[in-house]
Amino acid sequence: MPWMTINGIKVQYRDGETVLAAARSGGMEIPSLCFHPGLGHHGSCRLCLVEILAGGRPGLAASCALPAAQGLVVEAGSERVIQSRRMVLGLLLARSPEAKPLRELSEKLGALEFPPRPDTRGCVLCGLCVRACRAVGQNAINFSGRGRSRRVTVPFDLPPGDCLGCRACENVCPAGAIKVVESRGRIAILPWQSELETVCCSKCGAAMGSRPQWESLEKLFSPSLLRAGLCPACRRRLQAAFHG
Amino acid sequence: MNIINRHTSPNGRVLSILEEFQRKYRHLPEEALRAAAGELGLPLGQLFGVATFYTSFSLRPRGDRTIGVCHGTVCHVKGAGRVAAELEKALGVAVGGTTADGRYTLESVKCLGCCSLAPVASIDGEVQARISPEAVVKLLQPAAPGGESGE
Amino acid sequence: MSEEYARHLQHLENLGLGRLYPRRPRISVAMASCGRAAGSEKIYRALGDELESRGIDAFLAPTGCPGLCSREPMVSVLAPGKARVHYSGLGPEDAGPLLSALAAGEVYLKNALGAETEDHLVISGRRISLGPLPEGLGPMAGLDFYRPQVRLATRNCGCIDPFSVHEYIGRGGYRALREALSREPAEIIREIKKSGLRGLGGAGFPTGVKWETAAGAGNGEKYIICNGDEGDPGAYMDRSILESDPHSVLEGMIIGAHCLGARHGIVYVRAEYPLAVKTISHAIAQARELGLLGKDIMSSGLGFDVEVVRGAGAFVCGEETALIASIEGRPGEPRPRPPYPTREGLWGRPTCINNVETLANIPLIVHRGGEWYGSFGTAGSRGTKVFALVGKVKNSGLVEIPMGATIGDIVLSAGGGPDRGKRLKAVQTGGPSGGCIPASMTGIPVDYESLAGSGAIMGSGGMVVMDERVCMVDMVRYFMSFVAGESCGKCAPCRDGTAEILNILDGITLGRGRPEDLDTLAGLSRLVKGSSLCGLGQTATNPVLSTLRYFRNEYEAHVKDKFCPAGVCRQLVIYRVDPDLCAGCGLCAGDCPGGAILGGEGRTRAIEPDSCTRCGACYEICPQGAIYFTGRGISDAMDDH
Repeated sequence: MPWMTINGIKVQYRDGETVLAAARSGGMEIPSLCFHPGLGHHGSCRLCLVEILAGGRPGLAASCALPAAQGLVVEAGSERVIQSRRMVLGLLLARSPEAKPLRELSEKLGALEFPPRPDTRGCVLCGLCVRACRAVGQNAINFSGRGRSRRVTVPFDLPPGDCLGCRACENVCPAGAIKVVESRGRIAILPWQSELETVCCSKCGAAMGSRPQWESLEKLFSPSLLRAGLCPACRRRLQAAFHG
Repeated sequence: MNIINRHTSPNGRVLSILEEFQRKYRHLPEEALRAAAGELGLPLGQLFGVATFYTSFSLRPRGDRTIGVCHGTVCHVKGAGRVAAELEKALGVAVGGTTADGRYTLESVKCLGCCSLAPVASIDGEVQARISPEAVVKLLQPAAPGGESGE
Repeated sequence: MSEEYARHLQHLENLGLGRLYPRRPRISVAMASCGRAAGSEKIYRALGDELESRGIDAFLAPTGCPGLCSREPMVSVLAPGKARVHYSGLGPEDAGPLLSALAAGEVYLKNALGAETEDHLVISGRRISLGPLPEGLGPMAGLDFYRPQVRLATRNCGCIDPFSVHEYIGRGGYRALREALSREPAEIIREIKKSGLRGLGGAGFPTGVKWETAAGAGNGEKYIICNGDEGDPGAYMDRSILESDPHSVLEGMIIGAHCLGARHGIVYVRAEYPLAVKTISHAIAQARELGLLGKDIMSSGLGFDVEVVRGAGAFVCGEETALIASIEGRPGEPRPRPPYPTREGLWGRPTCINNVETLANIPLIVHRGGEWYGSFGTAGSRGTKVFALVGKVKNSGLVEIPMGATIGDIVLSAGGGPDRGKRLKAVQTGGPSGGCIPASMTGIPVDYESLAGSGAIMGSGGMVVMDERVCMVDMVRYFMSFVAGESCGKCAPCRDGTAEILNILDGITLGRGRPEDLDTLAGLSRLVKGSSLCGLGQTATNPVLSTLRYFRNEYEAHVKDKFCPAGVCRQLVIYRVDPDLCAGCGLCAGDCPGGAILGGEGRTRAIEPDSCTRCGACYEICPQGAIYFTGRGISDAMDDH
């Protein structure tokens, strides 16, 4: 297997693997925010920076997007890397002071201080929600604007027709910036102004997710998953009674 | 043939279509973007992203005439700021805005590449050399014969 | 290539020479964007009308940019057997007298700049003698502005009608392509490597190496892209070449297609350059008609075609991965490299991206040889570079000089030094990605290594001259607001870091700066530079770092003394009249936008501080030098906040 050097230690990697992946499978810690193994890299948060010492263009590079290569020598904790991470942490915390992964990391590393940005609604612009929505196949949300005006939005800031209410965006958001409110029969994904009907169990009334999501699933399954309109628990109970 | 179908090459197709919409409607109407997204098979969010990323596009209608004060480096040191301020006063609108009567849009544009003639401004795409605040205000007169009547 | 096509090319060359050196007078009017802005269309029309009404048989040609932009509009007259006379600053009213003189066989001398006694066709090396120097005129090449120049990339600019492919061929155009098609791609790439040509758009990557990589990237679909998204404020050589000599770029691309095995080409032109879009589109159509583009170029079997894509207003699209995103119909957001576009570019295919000026040099290298091209310049930086010499300088325009000339050669010799007797303070190179070189360092040579060592960069070739009335802090604040506004917003350091730096600079120019801000600025600038995703962020803070290095005292005056030594930052100056020097002429009152000048006809003036907008107009106009400025004092400046 080919190998490279991270923090002075020889690390083996598989062809096509990134430096971040190689480090993590070698048990080394490199922080990251905008990277998700299922959604690929974005290279935007710059927390996973490493310093290339040899075997590549010298300087800092995002390890999530940097292909591991034979003879590549990188340092993930050099003074330059740490200083850069502190700045990035500070800039991101100014956008999202409550974000848990950022707070934990800043307790460890310390962060530079910047004036808070109250206009960001806690979003760190990592793009995970955008990529998750694309992976689901909906593309209901996207980046708009540029520079400091960049935001994640729904087109024209109108309630999106394409939102399934699947909550993938909420689940991948590292900053807790996507607030979802569930009330009787409704689910509201606040930043996208998406308000959808939920399907409830016909027996116990438990919420089972949004109707559009069920409808998209229904297209894939025959016989229907929702046939009896029961939640899994009620369905199992019914099946047990039937067989028992 | 409509605007969307006219652009057949995939290279630069989205920019060309949006540019033509912008020219025709002076902004990018929501229906036009929806139609383009449908015909091209692209997410509306992608087109909305493009529409809000590039400065050539706007979501709100621009005026009959567009005055772009160049803010290149040389224009900056040769008084573009003063020219823009005078125009803001004369038109009663801030840079980036459109007059209430829909006649003029005042913009700050990036270097027009006529630095040797700085400061410059473009009026409907035509570059005017060595402008002074007074001269630009005068240049606008012919198109506004009614003065302040504001029909 | 068939015998038949060779004869056809010869025929086109003769047609071109017939237009360039007609048996009747040829009157050329420079009609690139600069010329048009300065009123050349009016002169062109006036000349056309006068020719018709007087029944004079002459050939009126709209040409491109001769480079001396501050003297636009430029006109030249070539009468058979006579030297070509160049004029600067003619108005429509001059059309009549000029043509009368021409009809009478005389030389019109008003506004004449100089004359050319022979033409040098750079491609073929051929010299065409025109006629003796007219009495009372010097040679054009003797003008300060042209003396140090070697015009290779701009060889045809201002000489030919950009809408005439015949004139391009008449000056040796498409000869290089004809030769290239009969040579092996690898051999041509070797020649380009030997020339030492580096990407002239800013990054300076060796062109031959890039071509070699792209040529080696398999045999499938490939693209060659001409990057005409020239966004650096203060640089406009690419606009000028596209507007003045589009076929030179096209020929470079077709040679590239042959070398790389590309079948599709794209010229990406920024939205702000409508004339360049017109000239290059017209050139493409002409080339198709003549079999220089299409399925069987010059009957050689090479198939290649080019289309134009217009940008839509985004500086970041000059970055190659952003440019690709833009062509593919997405916002211009860069992505991490590798993979480099030569492996994985447009639509995932290998893509070679070259800048306009770089491509314009290719035909010359192919025809005259890499060694010949490499004989210009220095060991590490070969050939020439076109600079946009602009700002507070007497002669302003595009100068093409061999690499290794000094800043002084360009600014002081060609440029004639600062305008209006002011003192040179700094020369800014490389636009928002570059740095400021202080006046004391005008001796440093212009090559990649020396400029980088000084903290500036070659960049795309913008060279902005700054005199004592330019405030370096204000200048840097301008650049930072530019990059903060042009950042795509994808990566945190560039999006939010530049904005924070801009905040600090805003504070300093408004009088809110603290001494410790300077260290914060330097620290943040280094971090943003190191950690940003693409070239925009990685160079965005160069102006801050280089001015902190050379002009720290000016920053200190702002933060400690609350004084702007250049008199630019309005919160930090107060203008006064020295009563002993004031002659009471009142010129200042006429120019004052705030009506702040007190005192009547013939009386000593004074400035009413509350109405004074501190624009400095009075200071600039006062013939006595009686107006001066001082700091407002620390307490005054603080009172504002």
